[in-house]
Amino acid sequence: MATTTVSIKPSADSGCAPARSLWQRQRWLILRRASQLLILLAFLSGPWFGVWIAKGNLSSSLTLGVLPLTDPLLVLQTLVTGHLPYSSALIGAAIVLGFYLLIGGRVFCSWVCPVNVVTDAAAWSRRRLGIKTGRVPDANTRYWLLGGLLLAAALTGTLAWEWVNPVSLLQRGLIFGMGGGVFVIAGIFMYDLLVASRGWCGHLCPVGAFYGLLGKKALLRVAAPNRKACDDCMDCFAVCPEPQVIRPALKKVGQESPLILASDCTTCGRCIDVCDKQVFKMTHRFDQRSE
Amino acid sequence: MDTGKKTARTPSTAASPASLARRKFINSVAAAAGGGCLLALGAGLYSRQAAALPAQALRPPGALPEADFLAACVRCGLCVRDCPYDTLKLSDLGDPVATGTPYFTARKIACEMCDDIPCVKACPTGALDRQLTDINKAQMGLAALVDHESCLNFLGLRCDVCYRVCPVIDKAITLETHHNPRSDRHAMLLPTVHSDACTGCGKCEKSCVLPEAAIKVFPRQLAQGALPAHYRKSWEEKARHGGSLIGDQVEMPARGFEGSTAGRAATETVTAPTGSAPVAPSVAPPPAKAAGGIRSGLDSRWKP
Repeated sequence: MATTTVSIKPSADSGCAPARSLWQRQRWLILRRASQLLILLAFLSGPWFGVWIAKGNLSSSLTLGVLPLTDPLLVLQTLVTGHLPYSSALIGAAIVLGFYLLIGGRVFCSWVCPVNVVTDAAAWSRRRLGIKTGRVPDANTRYWLLGGLLLAAALTGTLAWEWVNPVSLLQRGLIFGMGGGVFVIAGIFMYDLLVASRGWCGHLCPVGAFYGLLGKKALLRVAAPNRKACDDCMDCFAVCPEPQVIRPALKKVGQESPLILASDCTTCGRCIDVCDKQVFKMTHRFDQRSE
Repeated sequence: MDTGKKTARTPSTAASPASLARRKFINSVAAAAGGGCLLALGAGLYSRQAAALPAQALRPPGALPEADFLAACVRCGLCVRDCPYDTLKLSDLGDPVATGTPYFTARKIACEMCDDIPCVKACPTGALDRQLTDINKAQMGLAALVDHESCLNFLGLRCDVCYRVCPVIDKAITLETHHNPRSDRHAMLLPTVHSDACTGCGKCEKSCVLPEAAIKVFPRQLAQGALPAHYRKSWEEKARHGGSLIGDQVEMPARGFEGSTAGRAATETVTAPTGSAPVAPSVAPPPAKAAGGIRSGLDSRWKP
């Protein structure tokens, strides 16, 4: 792609570690993209090939005719408006809630949400093009937005946020056909590219903020057990969508544990991919081993 | 970058790192809160503005009243998927219907009124109310014959297509016989919608043979008027009570229509037609001449 900008690519191939294969360097990225794609295909195999796996979309769905899944944030907003949904939506929300509480809230962001592909592309382009401009909003803005959207639901008595929610706009658009929502998605790409590095997913998105709150005690974690090998190349910081989460585990700031415990971590595993020293690995919450 | 600021400021303002951190925190929180409130306000205002359902968008059967619907519908599209006729669509941003909510446009694909109502069964939240089990009781909208100038039946033809395709034929749409004042010797059979039976399926609008439908289906609140709650219809009250509640009324004769059947009051003693009326043109030329403007509507007494 960006043939003219190769010269300003951040150094990744320095060091004397044995060259790693493409799979080793991109494993978690490939797995995540596969996950995101397969989830979309599960919804699209019906309309495309007549093979119905999942019906609906990520807001609420029915898989194989039996498994209801519903976005708990949507159900929360519905409850705030004063409407009590049918049990299938409540059960669906409970299942999703349980899953993300257990596995990791922001696993949704990096393994499921299609906006992640857009903002990853924007972040990649920003690095490649060496764009340093813009102003990044406070990372807590997302929590204020989360409060704001619940307030808006309560005040208007409608799911006000759903009129503009880019997360549901994109996934619904991909499954049911895209209209004007494409401009919102393009806007997010341009915002992340030109104005704020990781601006949407890392600072503004209230959906991600909600799932982040679910992930406080989640089991699936990235750890830095081999942190002694770190040569401060900064590759992981450059690629991480939430760079602030790495330091405590990698540099023992405020904690001894090698686990990345911050709920902002999306468990995307990109740090594992880019680290030539193989400092990081995917593990569970109780794995305190460190070399 | 921050450390540079701190060292430069610390001596002059004599502020401790803690107070600086606090100041920075308050600043960022204020900015974030401001941004958050602004966005919530914007989303709220936008949703208010867009909350009115446009005239040509109809909700699926069993949909709650629009305000409740917008609280309950999570925009998942399960109703769209279970619609066997691809009638339902999900709107997208920029469409006149609330983003992501299901609707259909009668003129494109009308509702086929499935007996088992799969769209209602599919809804996980109750935005489509499962209390609706008889599709004939659905109230997706209300048909209205809006254009009396181009409706073929109003022109005196027997098109009748809207009447024939109506799934609730003879209840939701009836053909009412009216005198045709233009030819003065024919009947017009006017398609007439009855709100108690019309489900708003849209078949009539869909099948109207004109390039632009003369009969259209609108969301109920747009198509239907409402009488004040205290109004009573005398004929209904009479029927209910077996007689007038305020005693018999004096019927006044209708003047100016002597010799005409039009405008004849029920109590009028019909003497004219029996004898002299048919041969009365010589008796009543003044009304016939003077009636150039109001001629239509008066019976010519022509008989085949």
